[in-house]
Amino acid sequence: MNLVLIFLIIIFSSSLFFYGRSKTKSLAISGNIKLNALPKFYGYYLVLWCSIPALVFLLIWSLFEPVIIKSIIIDTAAKQGAIFNDKNEANLVYEKIKAIHLGTYVGELDSILKESALAYAKFINIFANSKVVLIFGIIIASTLYSLKKIKNNNKARDDVEVILKGLLFVSSLIAILTTLGIILSLLFESIKFFSVINIFDYLFGTNWSPQRAFVRDASSITLAEYQDLKDAFGFVPLIAGTGFIAFLAMLVAVPVGLFSGIYMAEYASLRVRRFSKPVIEILAGIPTVVYGFFAALTVGPFFRQVGENFGLTVSSESALAAGLIMGIMIIPYVSSLSDDVINSVPQSLRDGSYAVGATKSETIKKVVIPAALPGIIGSILLAVSRAIGETMIVVMAAGLAANLTINPLESTTTITTQIVMILVGDQEFDSPKTQSAFALGLTLFIATLILNFIAQRAVKKYREKYD
Amino acid sequence: MTKEERLKKRHSAEKRFRFYGLASIFVALLFVLILVQNIFSKGSSAFIKTVIKTEVFYNQELLELKNGASEKDIINADFYEVMIESLIKSFPAKNIDEENELIRLFSADAEYEIKKAFLNNNNLIGEKIILDLTASDDIDQLHKGNYPRDLPEDRRRISNFQLAIYDNFVENGKIGKNFNNYYFTKGDSRDPELAGIGGAIVGSIYSILICLLLAFPVAVLASIYLEEFAPKNKITDFIEININNLAAVPSIVYGLLALQILLATIQLPRSTPLVAGITLALMTLPRIIIPCRASLKAVPPSIREGALAVGASKFQSVFHHVVPLAMPGTLSGTIIGLAQALGETAPLILIGMVAFVVDIPSSPIDPSSSLPVQVYLWSESAERGFVEKTSATIMILLTFLMIMNFLAVYLRQKFEKRWN
Repeated sequence: MNLVLIFLIIIFSSSLFFYGRSKTKSLAISGNIKLNALPKFYGYYLVLWCSIPALVFLLIWSLFEPVIIKSIIIDTAAKQGAIFNDKNEANLVYEKIKAIHLGTYVGELDSILKESALAYAKFINIFANSKVVLIFGIIIASTLYSLKKIKNNNKARDDVEVILKGLLFVSSLIAILTTLGIILSLLFESIKFFSVINIFDYLFGTNWSPQRAFVRDASSITLAEYQDLKDAFGFVPLIAGTGFIAFLAMLVAVPVGLFSGIYMAEYASLRVRRFSKPVIEILAGIPTVVYGFFAALTVGPFFRQVGENFGLTVSSESALAAGLIMGIMIIPYVSSLSDDVINSVPQSLRDGSYAVGATKSETIKKVVIPAALPGIIGSILLAVSRAIGETMIVVMAAGLAANLTINPLESTTTITTQIVMILVGDQEFDSPKTQSAFALGLTLFIATLILNFIAQRAVKKYREKYD
Repeated sequence: MTKEERLKKRHSAEKRFRFYGLASIFVALLFVLILVQNIFSKGSSAFIKTVIKTEVFYNQELLELKNGASEKDIINADFYEVMIESLIKSFPAKNIDEENELIRLFSADAEYEIKKAFLNNNNLIGEKIILDLTASDDIDQLHKGNYPRDLPEDRRRISNFQLAIYDNFVENGKIGKNFNNYYFTKGDSRDPELAGIGGAIVGSIYSILICLLLAFPVAVLASIYLEEFAPKNKITDFIEININNLAAVPSIVYGLLALQILLATIQLPRSTPLVAGITLALMTLPRIIIPCRASLKAVPPSIREGALAVGASKFQSVFHHVVPLAMPGTLSGTIIGLAQALGETAPLILIGMVAFVVDIPSSPIDPSSSLPVQVYLWSESAERGFVEKTSATIMILLTFLMIMNFLAVYLRQKFEKRWN
């Protein structure tokens, strides 16, 4: 239905292009007037005016139609005597009514459902008809308006450009809308979560076991139940596990990444650089699920085997395996950023150092790195933010149980692992367990935002210094 | 310490430092090699499947089909009895337990394979024919040497009797290897020997196409606005900071966004490539905008000024001159962004693409899987056969990514103009 409408709108408006062009041409010839723009711009003008309002209307309508119909239907069903105890039941009845309408319903039919299904069919029909009528009305009105403008020989090119510029602006706003969407969707559920669980219990609790809150409705929680729930959502073990694995990853990524960045910027011949830089960047292009698979099926068992040989008990989901593999994934982020940063240190600093007799490595250690330090720290912070937001490696290779430990051979869990574990499969939308995933998401979002902000400021400041 | 000694020490420090640098690059390269070698050595055997050459007798009494029966009749006919008869005859079994063990050496699709051979040639009634029937996962892994046969019987999935049959089959040349067509054409399955990535590939292609259709135009328009038209003011600065931050938001947060807005609020269908495509598009958008803007910025101002000087409007100078020149860089940035989106897993898990989907999706609103999610799903399975399937899927995924990255590099090197 919508596709047909969009198709019709596009066909109609593009045919108007030819009409507008030839109309103004003939107008110019017969009326002997000088056009304000090339004839084709009058065509574009018609196309834009005819299609954009209708398409925007269609979009808005399609977004709101299901919501409105749903509330109307639930209302009518309630009037006919259906009793809903909560939102879920109402949703269920609505789904049933929809299924009856589509003819896919299997189950008992009572009079309420039957009546509501009839009402549903009626409303669907009314909405569809009025949508078509309104869209045609809008097209006719906007076409008439633009035709009138054309007849008056408007400055079509300027007008077209203004409209297009608006389109460009709207496209760039989508980034802001995305951010807004992220913040709102995280906040919305988090607020619900924090209305049940005290924010301090969340931030400073040392016990994370959300499964205890399963199948419990947040709105009807008793005091006794709350006492029980209170210490099920302690964030401390998660941030400790996340930080610990990220720390292990940085232990691998920083030395290897930094040294290869330095080597490529200062020592490598053009040939070595041309070969090794893309190969190291392959590491960044490999999907993280591949690293996860490798960590879980090869590295984890390997460490366990080695540990057994030394008489150590190594968990097959050890923090060490996850951290090591994550570190390898992050190497290219550190190396290519620090390579860039070191490259932009002015040559004159190096020349000055060589002039007083320093060797190359002394120059690098005493002059180049201190000069590039803010940028290097920025790149390391970006790498840390990537490490704490990384999901697949830890989901596959790190443990599931929250476990406060600093032994790299034991298993720990992370924020992202818990989000995935909570939200995989069927969720109940009003349970604190589901909402806690959004609270974790919000925490993660804020943490990475702060890290990125500091890192970008550091790199930018540093760049400005030598520009 | 004499001067010479000190100099020697400094020079050896220099050499050490240089060695550290070289060693780190070597470590990184070594890891790429280990990873690729590990995946390829595990995965390459998944493209081959083990078959058991079995004599099938299309017994008319058991089939209840007439000569020249119509295709519909054949499809509805029951080939179960024929299958059981033929399988049991392949090796002498003493009792019903042994017969069952014998039947379990074949895949669950043996009946369908027998029927398919009949459909291709329906003059087979009353005839005997030797068919390549797919072996079960256990036999498949045993034959490929991935399964240790020297374990005690109670710790093996294969009984001693089954091993004896297998050895007998090998001796008589009944075990063969065929190209594993199921792996490419079928959807997911609980049986490794019947599981395929057909559904995942189709799901991935739908998702990436939707992602491309949504993200590419918006990203190009947005970067044209920010680079060419935007006035220098607070709103523009804000949009810029926003885009840079969005590019660094962890992908799982986009999954939460999609869950809350696309699934819970707008109520788009769960587990579908449509939702996956929209989610990936939101995620990829800032990652495409950044290289797009860089390539627009690389076009020298003289091009714009030249166009403006001969009377073009600002729009004409941008769209007729700047944008075409920036296209190679824009396209290669887009392809790299799409390659990242193709390998993205975490947000897709949250929108329910981990559902067990057997059918191959016929449209973007059918439930489906995608390649990286299939890797995740299979890596969680206990069966040994899924290890090689997972590795093989990673090989396919990496191949796609390599092609896309080479295309991006090629576009840039072939068509991009250098201005200096």
